[in-house]
Amino acid sequence: MDAVLPSPMPGAPRIDNPGGTSAMKGGDTVFHALCFSAAMVLMATLVGLIVALVIGGWPALSHFGFAFFTSSVWNPSGSPDNPEAYGAAGPIVGTLITAFIAMLLALPLAIGIAVFLVEFCPKRLSHWVGIAVELLAGIPSIVYGMWGLFVLAPWFAEHVQTPLMLNLDPDSFWGRVFTGVPNGANIFTASLILAIMVLPYIATVFRELLLSIPPYLREAAYGMGCTPFEVVRNIMLPYIRKSAVGAVMLGLGRALGETMAVTFIIGNSHAFPKSLFDSGSTIASTIANEFTEATGDLHISALIALGLVLFLITFVTLAAARLLLGTEKA
Amino acid sequence: MAPGTHSVASSSRHARRKLINYIFVGLTSIATLIALTALVMILWTLVAKGFGGINAGIFTQDQPGGGSNLGDGGLRNALIGSVIMCAIGMVIALVIGILSGTWLAEYGDGNKLASVVRFINDVLLSAPSILVGLFVYECLVSHVLGHFSAIAGAAALAFLATPIVTRTTEDILRLQPNQLREAGMALGAGRGLVIRAIIWKASRTGLVTGGLLGFARISGETAPLLFTALGNPFMSFSLSQPMASLPTTIFQFALSADDNWRRLAWVAALIIATFVLSANIIGRALAARGSSSK
Repeated sequence: MDAVLPSPMPGAPRIDNPGGTSAMKGGDTVFHALCFSAAMVLMATLVGLIVALVIGGWPALSHFGFAFFTSSVWNPSGSPDNPEAYGAAGPIVGTLITAFIAMLLALPLAIGIAVFLVEFCPKRLSHWVGIAVELLAGIPSIVYGMWGLFVLAPWFAEHVQTPLMLNLDPDSFWGRVFTGVPNGANIFTASLILAIMVLPYIATVFRELLLSIPPYLREAAYGMGCTPFEVVRNIMLPYIRKSAVGAVMLGLGRALGETMAVTFIIGNSHAFPKSLFDSGSTIASTIANEFTEATGDLHISALIALGLVLFLITFVTLAAARLLLGTEKA
Repeated sequence: MAPGTHSVASSSRHARRKLINYIFVGLTSIATLIALTALVMILWTLVAKGFGGINAGIFTQDQPGGGSNLGDGGLRNALIGSVIMCAIGMVIALVIGILSGTWLAEYGDGNKLASVVRFINDVLLSAPSILVGLFVYECLVSHVLGHFSAIAGAAALAFLATPIVTRTTEDILRLQPNQLREAGMALGAGRGLVIRAIIWKASRTGLVTGGLLGFARISGETAPLLFTALGNPFMSFSLSQPMASLPTTIFQFALSADDNWRRLAWVAALIIATFVLSANIIGRALAARGSSSK
């Protein structure tokens, strides 16, 4: 950040035209300045975003101190014997758990899709299947939410949750992992929806990465008599390893901040989730649910402080993703 | 080592490797099938639940109150609100995005500040949209304007679309051959004129595609509108008042117990999904045509 002004392009590869007329030079300077200030608007947006979240969240953060991150008591309606309190541990843990499970589910699928499209699928078909997978990314998040709430959740409650509950001893280990109200709105179904939503992003980047592998590497491996599986496992996947981690982080960033789909299906309870099939909440779903109905200034401030936490988590994730992927890749 | 045993061992090993490979091919095709099934199931649900609810009233009537008869009312206020806010947001995003993308592509080479801006743009591109809503709420709604309004909603959408337009603009401009720039300058045009009159013109298709994809993206956004534009049960053209939009209407209606509201939520979801997916497909077709004609 040492260069604050636009440097006059030393060593730029493109040719400038210093011999233009003075009128043109004036117009050029204005145009250059316009473009430059537009780019600065982007910078100001990010700075403003951070400042706004810090200022807005400060009252709650200073009021509760470190307990804001460790307590899971979320009580917006204060009464004398049960004072108003906000502890974000529940939503923070919910955010991390759902995003993590979603990535566990999406990662093998994404690798499978990318490998299938690059290695095994007939070329003509591969183009169309690739587009179909990318269309999954175009479906708005709220549509995923409705589908999750009205189709996936009832199906899941009837065909997965209920049989598991009936056949498992509630005191056994698995019984405790799978306990919960059998309505299909829980941490796990939220993770399932998230997995479907981030799948196209990861799969598309993986596919581009696999296509960027120099052909002679594959050809050499095939020439030695490797099976396609061995080529993929021993040559191709190791080759893209670093960028692939970046792609995963990119998907993780999306999963962490996803709002509407999760809000529909996670069950929205602020307590610590006790099992895989327990209802929970994420930072984004809490903000979406409560912001417009917030009872007081402290409640609003607590929600903005939650937003700040979400920003920090996603910023670190996305920054890591960009560094691993390099800024040239999508 | 007898030659016979060697060949037996290697052929059984060969069979195992082949088997593992078949299983692997099978697993990758299953993964692809799962993704395609999810897409088909979601689209099928939308059509099955949304198509039957469409009638003329959807486009000519405003949203009904609670407890209305099944089939009454429509989505006119939400449709118009969505179009107004997306259009304003998109115009702002196009101006800022194309200019900053141009700066990154044409003036930014070898410039440290440009890589910082590029990095920030990448972060904004994937930042959670609900945070943009909080940001606009803090800046516009709670301090400058003092209440929820359509202009705040449009601003939130603009913040979401700008990074998309910036990124596409930079990518497209970088695809233009340097000979174009050299030819323009050889005729005596200054750098800015070359960009405006030649480079932008040559990139027109790409820029339109970028704008279309950005528009598609923001038209389905819900979270940032919840606490900026809020929603409005009545038809409103006033930018300083709360305004309805399709996504926030879906959010309100889908979670209600009212059958008619739920019908409208499915219709609205079908409309948005149809629009977003066709914009995606048209954008892709435009991009493909643009690249094949060159």
